Amino acid sequence: MLIVCWSPVMVEVWNGPGDKKTVEGPSRMPAPIRLRELIRTIRTARTQAEEREMIQKECAAIRSSFREEDNTYRCRNVAKLLYMHMLGYPAHFGQLECLKLIASQKFTDKRIGYLGAMLLLDERQDVHLLMTNCIKNDLNHSTQYVQGLALCTLGCMGSSEMCRDLAGEVEKLLKTSNSYLRKKAALCAVHVIRKVPELMEMFLPATKNLLSEKNHGVLHTSVVLLTEMCERSPDMLAHFRKLVPQLVRILKNLIMSGYSPEHDVSGISDPFLQVRILRLLRILGKGDDDSSEAMNDILAQVATNTETSKNVGNAILYETVLTIMDIKSESGLRVLAINILGRFLLNNDKNIRYVALTSLLKTVQTDHNAVQRHRSTIVDCLKDLDVSIKRRAMELSFALVNGNNIRGMMKELLYFLDSCDPEFKADCASGVFLAAEKYAPSKRWHIDTIMRVLTTAGSYVRDDSVPNLIQLITNSVEMHAYTVQRLYKALLDDISQQPLVQVASWCIGEYGDLLVSGQCEEEEPIQVTEDEVLDVLEGLLVSNLSTPVTRGYALTAIMKLSTRFTSVNRIKKVVSIYGSSIDVELQQRAVEYNALFKKYDHMRPALLERMPIMEKTASNGPTEIVQTNGEAEPSVVEAKHPPPVTQPTNQANDLLDLLGGNDVVPVIQTTVPTKPASAGGELLDLLGDLSLSGGPAPAPATSVPSSQPAFLLDGLTSPPLFNDIAAAGIPPMTAYNKNGLKIDFTFERANPNPNIAVITIHASNSTEADMTDFVFQAAVPKTFQLQLLSPSSNVVPTLNQGTVTQVIRVLNPQKQQLRMRIKLTYTHKGSAVQDLAEVNNFPPQSWQ
Amino acid sequence: MQFMLLFSRQGKLRLQKWYVPLSDKEKKKITRELVQTVLARKPKMCSFLEWRDLKIVYKRYASLYFCCAIEDQDNELITLEIIHRYVELLDKYFGSVCELDIIFNFEKAYFILDEFLLGGEAQETSKKNVLKAIEQADLEKDSYNQRFVAENVRLSIL
Repeated sequence: MLIVCWSPVMVEVWNGPGDKKTVEGPSRMPAPIRLRELIRTIRTARTQAEEREMIQKECAAIRSSFREEDNTYRCRNVAKLLYMHMLGYPAHFGQLECLKLIASQKFTDKRIGYLGAMLLLDERQDVHLLMTNCIKNDLNHSTQYVQGLALCTLGCMGSSEMCRDLAGEVEKLLKTSNSYLRKKAALCAVHVIRKVPELMEMFLPATKNLLSEKNHGVLHTSVVLLTEMCERSPDMLAHFRKLVPQLVRILKNLIMSGYSPEHDVSGISDPFLQVRILRLLRILGKGDDDSSEAMNDILAQVATNTETSKNVGNAILYETVLTIMDIKSESGLRVLAINILGRFLLNNDKNIRYVALTSLLKTVQTDHNAVQRHRSTIVDCLKDLDVSIKRRAMELSFALVNGNNIRGMMKELLYFLDSCDPEFKADCASGVFLAAEKYAPSKRWHIDTIMRVLTTAGSYVRDDSVPNLIQLITNSVEMHAYTVQRLYKALLDDISQQPLVQVASWCIGEYGDLLVSGQCEEEEPIQVTEDEVLDVLEGLLVSNLSTPVTRGYALTAIMKLSTRFTSVNRIKKVVSIYGSSIDVELQQRAVEYNALFKKYDHMRPALLERMPIMEKTASNGPTEIVQTNGEAEPSVVEAKHPPPVTQPTNQANDLLDLLGGNDVVPVIQTTVPTKPASAGGELLDLLGDLSLSGGPAPAPATSVPSSQPAFLLDGLTSPPLFNDIAAAGIPPMTAYNKNGLKIDFTFERANPNPNIAVITIHASNSTEADMTDFVFQAAVPKTFQLQLLSPSSNVVPTLNQGTVTQVIRVLNPQKQQLRMRIKLTYTHKGSAVQDLAEVNNFPPQSWQ
Repeated sequence: MQFMLLFSRQGKLRLQKWYVPLSDKEKKKITRELVQTVLARKPKMCSFLEWRDLKIVYKRYASLYFCCAIEDQDNELITLEIIHRYVELLDKYFGSVCELDIIFNFEKAYFILDEFLLGGEAQETSKKNVLKAIEQADLEKDSYNQRFVAENVRLSIL
């Protein structure tokens, strides 16, 4: 122990390097306790309250120490503060102290100061800008470790302003011969470029000979920098393509060189660098024949020679596979890559299996046949214990289903559906439906598969599946009897699964006559009477398990049976009872049906006749309907999608009067085909189907990923429809005009429904830069409904050279004053802009 | 890499390194949720999970979980190697590192991390070089203070 007394006041006690205590002399306050001491003390706390008390006490001491501007112990105090911050306690009062430490001359101070800055400060606070000058000085410090601290801090948390100010210094350091600093400068430059992309150009000269460095640290960070630049700029990418031979050479040396102790990891030389080079090669080779050819050999070499026994080798193989699949590689190489993935699938290490499935998912579209070869292994992964692996195996399985393997695959997938976690069921069910639709070997098989899904995972099936299934069933004409029979039997078993119940009700409503007549070719026909059927349907109406939507289906089904069954009186009774139902939806329907019985009985048969075959839309994928959700107080709005209906025969126009005014028409109604065939009427139907039936459609369970439900609205996106609608002479208005972006609204009245206002937005840009990724969103108050169609484009060209147009349809049944909240997002001059605005200046004619 | 968290099996945070700007509140929320998610994983599960729009790579070493959030284009397997390299560095520095070392010397754990990674990427792939840099930097502070002390000793003698 060494005691050094170097002033009357301070005594320093050394117990060894790094272990030093400075004890105050007799006349001052006791020294603040040491960091380790504090940690020890806090850890003895037995309760949260005790800990909090200790912390508060220490914080008070630290605060007064800060107030005294004590230079000696500032470092220690801030370190303690950082510890307490990690425990979750507030430490904002230490922010300025960090700055003081950074400005200090002592290295220990700077070290803790910068650490504190990185932990306590973030770019949202103005305080952090005060660092800029210190960092600038430290970037030019005589000690490389100080320079290193500055580079590290800047590269970690530098804000755009700081980056702009200090980019020049970083660029300078990027050219230094000191590899310790050069490597840090390279990564710092990456951060600068991420924050301020326009500055990328200034780093270009410094990249000239980065790859000729011998130092691996510099090589690695240089490759990262080059990657960042190539990812951000196609020009840079083209420029750096010439580096491919050099990169190939470096990679080759790494593989061929013998054991290098400094960079060896389990027999592989610098795997980190290898992986980064492979990634950069991927970017450079993509879409470019020459580059791809130049790297062909080395990729083959890496793919075949890398040790696969340890994770590190597999990491390199993984990256190699990704590169092979992305560039224009020859087919032999691609097959090699897929086979590597196939081997990965058999690896004991689940991590390897996981990445294999992920990669296969990416390549299944392009190299379908090669992946098919591994189908059985993939299907086995459905039984894996790990949730992520199961999910990927499921997605991949669906991607591999085709006409040849549909029966076998579906068996496996249905088995999976039975036993999988709830979070998978919705996706799996949707996947099964899609696959079945595409590849069903027979109609009967198709119906059976649907039944199986509905009965086993019925409650998880997505709401949009119901209309799809109904359409499918309608179109399988010869299976109607079989289908309705099976559905009926399923209902007898279980009425809790709403999608199943809805489809079943609908079918019974449509094909109830087949059910009671006992005609069924496919299987043993069941004997059931009309009363029994009506019992079941009425049971649905009263059951607690039925949602309002389901009840709607049931009531309508009962109504339809009035033309198919003989016991009309019973039906009349049921319908009239519900005329006074508390549920507004049911009440409305019942009242309308009653009216049908009483006043329009001559029309009833025609109205309720069998649905015609519905034509499928071109694709089953989502159309471009954009739905917006209201924010906070405006309503949640979504487009409920009815089945695609091509307009069949015309019916009496006066029906429109009867039913047209009421826009609350449920989705699957036989009234749909009876509307006039005019374009405007079509829109009306579909808009009318944006009903409040059943309340807002419940959002799919949170486990469901972000895939869009399939929208099947037909013909809605074609602009010519609107030419039919006479403009009602409503004056246009400017809804928004800020920062060079102007949005005008022009109005049309959707004939014949006066409740619908059709607004076309025209977005124009008077600045000298384009506005890209332009997205317009709108929300309306609860009493309105809104539908947003797809925009003409998402680039608003500069200097008013063109406009982006988009159509909004607003349904305003209560004739309330129209208000709208709009949200605009776009990218302008490299930065993302977002704005919210209220639009209240609608001309009265637009909503009266 | 977007961030790295070290936490114990009881969910106590031992180190947090953020490479993206987020408010304190957001950081706390993310930490809380992620810690919960990772701790709920069973031992047989793989080291990767999808969380929000990020890929999470985690590995347990004794009583400490090392958890990294990487981006879509990042290689999960090599991230495991990054984590392993960091543990090796700590091990070399502290001599058979254990959780207590990181608790009591958290600032050193940060210093080591900052010599290994910068802005979320590896700045040095040689173990030796990272350790050398740390040693030198440690000496830097010592020699500085030593000088300071020595000068003052001389003065007092005089």
